[in-house]
Amino acid sequence: MLFKLTLRNIRQSLRDYAIYFFTLIIGVSIFYLFNAIETQTSYLHVTNDTREMIKRLNQILAGTSVFVAVVLGLLIVYASRFLMKRRNREFALYLTLGMGKGGISLLLLVETIVIGIGSLAVGLLIGVGLSQLTSAYVSSLFEADMSTYEFVISGGAIVKTLIYFGIMYLVVMIFNTVMIGRRKLIDLMNAGKRSEKLRAANPAVCAVMFAISAAALALAYYFVGWRTKVLEPKHIIIFIIIGCASTYFLFRSVSGMLLRVFMSSKKLYFKGLNSFTFRQLSSKVGTMVFSLTLICLMLFVTICALCGAFTIRNSMNENLEKCCPADYQLGLSCAFYDEKNDSVYYNKIDVEKLLGDAGIDTDEYFEKYCVVTVYADEKYDTREYFGEYSSQLPEASDMMMGVEMGGVIENTMTLSDFNALMRVFGLPEESLADDEYIELANVNTDIAQRNIPLENGHEITVFGKKLRPKYKECVERTIQLSNVPVNYGVTVIPDGAADPEKAREYYLTAKYNTSDKDRKLEYDNDLLSDEIYNKLWAAIEEHDNGMGIASKQFLNITKMELAQANIGTKALATFLGLYIGVVFLITSGAILALRSLSDCADSLSRYDMLRKIGADERDITGSLFIQTILFFAFPLILALIHSVFGMKFAFYFLRQLGTTSMLPSTLMTGGIVLLIFGGYFVITYITSRLMIRNER
Amino acid sequence: MELLKIEHIEKYYGSRSSLTKAIDDISLTVNKGEFTAIMGASGSGKTTLLNVISTIDRVTAGRITLENTDITTLKGKELNKFRRSKLGFIFQDFNLLDTLTAYENIALALSIKKESAAQIEKRIKEVAQQLEITDVLNKYPYQMSGGQKQRVASARAIVTSPRLVLADEPTGALDSKSSKLLLERFNYLNKECGATILMVTHDSFTASYASRVIFIKDGKVFNEISKGDNTRKQFFDRIIDVVTLLGGDLSDAL
Repeated sequence: MLFKLTLRNIRQSLRDYAIYFFTLIIGVSIFYLFNAIETQTSYLHVTNDTREMIKRLNQILAGTSVFVAVVLGLLIVYASRFLMKRRNREFALYLTLGMGKGGISLLLLVETIVIGIGSLAVGLLIGVGLSQLTSAYVSSLFEADMSTYEFVISGGAIVKTLIYFGIMYLVVMIFNTVMIGRRKLIDLMNAGKRSEKLRAANPAVCAVMFAISAAALALAYYFVGWRTKVLEPKHIIIFIIIGCASTYFLFRSVSGMLLRVFMSSKKLYFKGLNSFTFRQLSSKVGTMVFSLTLICLMLFVTICALCGAFTIRNSMNENLEKCCPADYQLGLSCAFYDEKNDSVYYNKIDVEKLLGDAGIDTDEYFEKYCVVTVYADEKYDTREYFGEYSSQLPEASDMMMGVEMGGVIENTMTLSDFNALMRVFGLPEESLADDEYIELANVNTDIAQRNIPLENGHEITVFGKKLRPKYKECVERTIQLSNVPVNYGVTVIPDGAADPEKAREYYLTAKYNTSDKDRKLEYDNDLLSDEIYNKLWAAIEEHDNGMGIASKQFLNITKMELAQANIGTKALATFLGLYIGVVFLITSGAILALRSLSDCADSLSRYDMLRKIGADERDITGSLFIQTILFFAFPLILALIHSVFGMKFAFYFLRQLGTTSMLPSTLMTGGIVLLIFGGYFVITYITSRLMIRNER
Repeated sequence: MELLKIEHIEKYYGSRSSLTKAIDDISLTVNKGEFTAIMGASGSGKTTLLNVISTIDRVTAGRITLENTDITTLKGKELNKFRRSKLGFIFQDFNLLDTLTAYENIALALSIKKESAAQIEKRIKEVAQQLEITDVLNKYPYQMSGGQKQRVASARAIVTSPRLVLADEPTGALDSKSSKLLLERFNYLNKECGATILMVTHDSFTASYASRVIFIKDGKVFNEISKGDNTRKQFFDRIIDVVTLLGGDLSDAL
């Protein structure tokens, strides 16, 4: 009998429970999806390094799952308590009919179990289905072989989901029981007759509150967005706290003033159903300032996490193409210490011979290769490069500090070396007159700074020769292979200008004679083997003339290796961003949807009355639409404003990663937010429209 | 002059096997400027009659004409337009929006007719004076007494200058003092402002304020009396006589 009653209850209040159930299902499937990544990745054929990275990634995802479970748990408790409140009258009826409080608790227990089992079953089913789709994405992210498709069901993830959600439902049951036990019959009976008492907010207080919180927010925006460099971690925490607090007070003051602002325009306020619409909206907003603040902050975190994650992923992909235009590089820079003269000198090293001695036959591996030399003239440093324009450098920038501390020696290379390198890279070559130079750089901040003297045609003296810039800006090229921009500035000078005695670094750069991925991997293994490494190292030590090495820079890298190093960061950023983002989105969407729907249910008689006095159906649904969309838009708008400055802050760091444009990631983020948050809006609007239409 | 003409209307509920005739062939006319009361016991069909006149419900058979418009054929948008431009409603439970002030509640009736804000203000001042509610205009329904609420609802009903004001048990939720005050206002609206009022009630005292009373029993017109030159007291006694004749439930609702 109890079970029958339960089922009927659920079916009866399906309208109220639909959003709750829907959210639970999404929650379960997302939880499964991200916990199943561990199993999915274990099927991938990847290198040992990647395997190690995947293990770390899964540990981090598991940790995040605990946080996600807490968030979802709070949402479930909130939603079920909220739905319970709506049923107080129903419980009162049971009590007056003689059912004990124990009976009601039992009823709710059965209800929670039914809903729990239902949501877990459907959610896991969807999760398993979705994970088959995402496995393609996962393997492409790890650059693993996708030729063999396997249907993967993660038993571990299922068990974990069952345990975590089991605990959440248990908490809900306890909450419900406690809540029913504490309520008196009279309270339950009168629960429906709440009189609409609007908190009379003092408009002057609201205006002052608004001004103060807006100013505080503007201050935080300014420091975070424009004074990023001087911020210390503890300052950042202070600004986060200021941001949260002012968000809360902004919502409070706006909710108090909202109506007055609308009312100030009589034309607007007394037009159609506007007065009704605004009143409904302002009472809704006024009673949930705290929730709105929470939602706004969650949306803000979501937008920044998604946007940041996608930016990191995109720029890493771009960077590899831009910063690593060849397959292999051996770079050397050996400074030897001359005890007699107490000075450092650089010994000439034949890199090609070094490699040959180590047992590598260049013809066997390389289609084309070249060796370039980087020279250093002690008299040509950053002071010389910037000259009088050093005063225009940004304050407290690394470059400025370098100049102030006496200058940092600049790197130079000859034109023919540069062109040889470009031939290997497959990039256009350059030409120079006898008195010209070209500046190379690919780090965004440095390009901007180095362009200042170039724009002004600043002449420099290198190896005693006066040179003027050929171009008014830096040429964006690299000479070192890497996965992020590392070229902070290299000057290309005419061939005869360099002093061979000042050779400091050597780079052997090569393109493999194959494009087959497996062959490339074999080459990598040969060239990067410990044996070769030790031989190279031994050969270098022979050059020290028995005087000891003062410093060494030894670079033995391949493109594949660089790409591998990227994968971990890329995968971590993407998964974390999506995981937290999606969970926050469904949480905020669900809270708004539940509140909207219950308000709509409470207002059914009002809509009915509007109909009786002859309001058009179109005007009524229009009013409902405006109420719903403004309610959803309200926290979103502030979150978007927050995000603009939050991303400006993040961009400061991402720029050093070589990020130039955030447009693609912004569009993707917008798409995801629109899909989930917009989805909740659409469902809410359609459901509430059905509710008010059925009432007719 | 004839304003409302009801010709042989019928309203059936239920299926063929268990048919309930809520209205069983009623015909009547209401002239412009009349204050008519319809009396009847619970279940006599008086509320159904009001609902079909107000287009909230549809008749099964027959015709209802208001100013040469056959309202039984109206549909959808036309129906809403008809309702908001020709009719004014007063309900037993006031049906005011609890989120709006009295002023805004009254204004709503005008704003859904797309009246300008200036026009709205002017009209509300007028009707507020007529119904003596000027001092409660800025209060919310929960801050008002029942009588005040009903007068605000009445103001909302007449503010659009409707052809016909329909009142469903307007004094049903009021104490006798408030009832008297409200009915005096109805009289004022009827006499001084020329409003045509059709009121449904089961209370003889309330009905005695009307100029004509139509009695309904079991879905049929049972009797009809006019006030004529009688005083309200005399009219009340005559109503009581008919009610006694009617017997049944209504007799205990004096």
